[in-house]
Amino acid sequence: MSEGQYAVEFKNLSKTFGTSKILHDLNFGIHRGKITTILGFSGAGKTTLMKHILGLVPPTEGEVIVLDTVVNKLGELELREFRRNFGMVFQYAALFDFLTSFENVAFPLREFTKMTEEEITKKVMDLLESTGISKEAAYRLPSQLSGGMRKRVGLARGLALDPHIMLYDEPTSGLDPITTHMVYDLMRDTQKKNEARGFTSIIISHDIHATLKYSDYIVFMEQGRVVEHLDVATFKKSENPVIRRFLEL
Amino acid sequence: MKAMVEKKIEGIGLEVMGLLNGLGNFTNFTVRTIFWTFKPPFRFKLLFDQIYFMGNKSVFIIFLTSSFTGAVFAFQIYLGFKAINADSFIGPIVTIALAKELAPVLSGLVVAGRCGAAMAAQIGSMKVTEQIDALEVMGINGYQYLAVPRILGAMIAMPLLSGIFLLIGYSGSWLIGVKLIQIDETLYTQKISDFMNLGMVAEGLIKATVFGYLIGIIGTYHGFAVEGGAEGVGKGTNMAVVWGMITVLVVDFFLTAFLAKIL
Repeated sequence: MSEGQYAVEFKNLSKTFGTSKILHDLNFGIHRGKITTILGFSGAGKTTLMKHILGLVPPTEGEVIVLDTVVNKLGELELREFRRNFGMVFQYAALFDFLTSFENVAFPLREFTKMTEEEITKKVMDLLESTGISKEAAYRLPSQLSGGMRKRVGLARGLALDPHIMLYDEPTSGLDPITTHMVYDLMRDTQKKNEARGFTSIIISHDIHATLKYSDYIVFMEQGRVVEHLDVATFKKSENPVIRRFLEL
Repeated sequence: MKAMVEKKIEGIGLEVMGLLNGLGNFTNFTVRTIFWTFKPPFRFKLLFDQIYFMGNKSVFIIFLTSSFTGAVFAFQIYLGFKAINADSFIGPIVTIALAKELAPVLSGLVVAGRCGAAMAAQIGSMKVTEQIDALEVMGINGYQYLAVPRILGAMIAMPLLSGIFLLIGYSGSWLIGVKLIQIDETLYTQKISDFMNLGMVAEGLIKATVFGYLIGIIGTYHGFAVEGGAEGVGKGTNMAVVWGMITVLVVDFFLTAFLAKIL
């Protein structure tokens, strides 16, 4: 795989659902090896954009290029294979509720690798330990875990197949401020640990304060358009009235 | 007045559109599940888990339903037939009715109620909590992972349950006919072998397999179609049970007519 500047690139991307246009002619790239947060109010098109990255939704116009592959030109089976390049932490973790934390993390390894049970156990326990999950909690069902613990198990599951891109969909919604920062610290540590291999983190959020603290780049969206795409330092100084309003919240 | 008529027509139009849309979605779902049934990897463990859940865990309720159905049916036939001195026909009448109709249909209703509801509830709650999205993001097809094992599991478990229903139902009728009413045992079994043949058993098993498919596809479809939160899951579960039961009864009529021609 070649190492371009961008892990993800949108070229003239537009998306229409019925008569409503959700994304308007987007042209930008997400830097490889960095943390980029896609920020915006509800209904800005953030989640639709993320679904395009994963190839879950085809664009109406334009191209989505991920790791130098045009995602919207892949067939269904190729796309499923390609999705193994991604890890994802969902808004409410989306852990399989019939599996323990351990089995949730082991799930992708059992599905997609030929690792032995011994190797899987070692890798899963390492991942759970690195995300701060105790041995005891490893054998609990998701319903027996707190919201923060579920997010951490979700992160461990997302990292199981050593993905190139990690997507976080509102990773701290529903968490208290202390747990929110613990989860963001974990995300930053994960990024640092894997940065050398071009690991890229993309966060969908509307939490402005955490975004400014933890991100390298910010893409600010409003009504399906990119208002600004800047590094954090420049973003803080933006004179754009919409961003100023968001920053003052 | 004109506005009222227009509104009525618009309402009917919307209803029809909704119905056609639902039919289109169901057809699309059916085609996709058939496609993914034949695509590797084949998940035998999930299939066995579903057969166990639908089969083994339904045996007790099938046992209760079938034993009392056989017994009460035998008793009712006796009450009607003793007037014309034809009570020795209890055996063949009950056994043929069980083999051709009661075993597959009542097993179908039990499985639609118990397992169709469970399928819709499990898949529906996975959908509203983004667990199906998590599967998709990992590159695992939700239809293949969740729907196919449940549909195939129901297709395998249903004839087995129907067979058990037949045997236990027969035992219930035998207890009433031979032990309670005191019909001669040799005469009782002789009459059954005079009037019954394997085609009748085959008819019941074919019906049970078809009902298994229908219960599986309806249960999983209503799970995948769930929208919203807990309310949506409840609605989906209810729809799976109602449509599962109605479909078993309606299809039974057409299947009987069709199988009568070929068996």
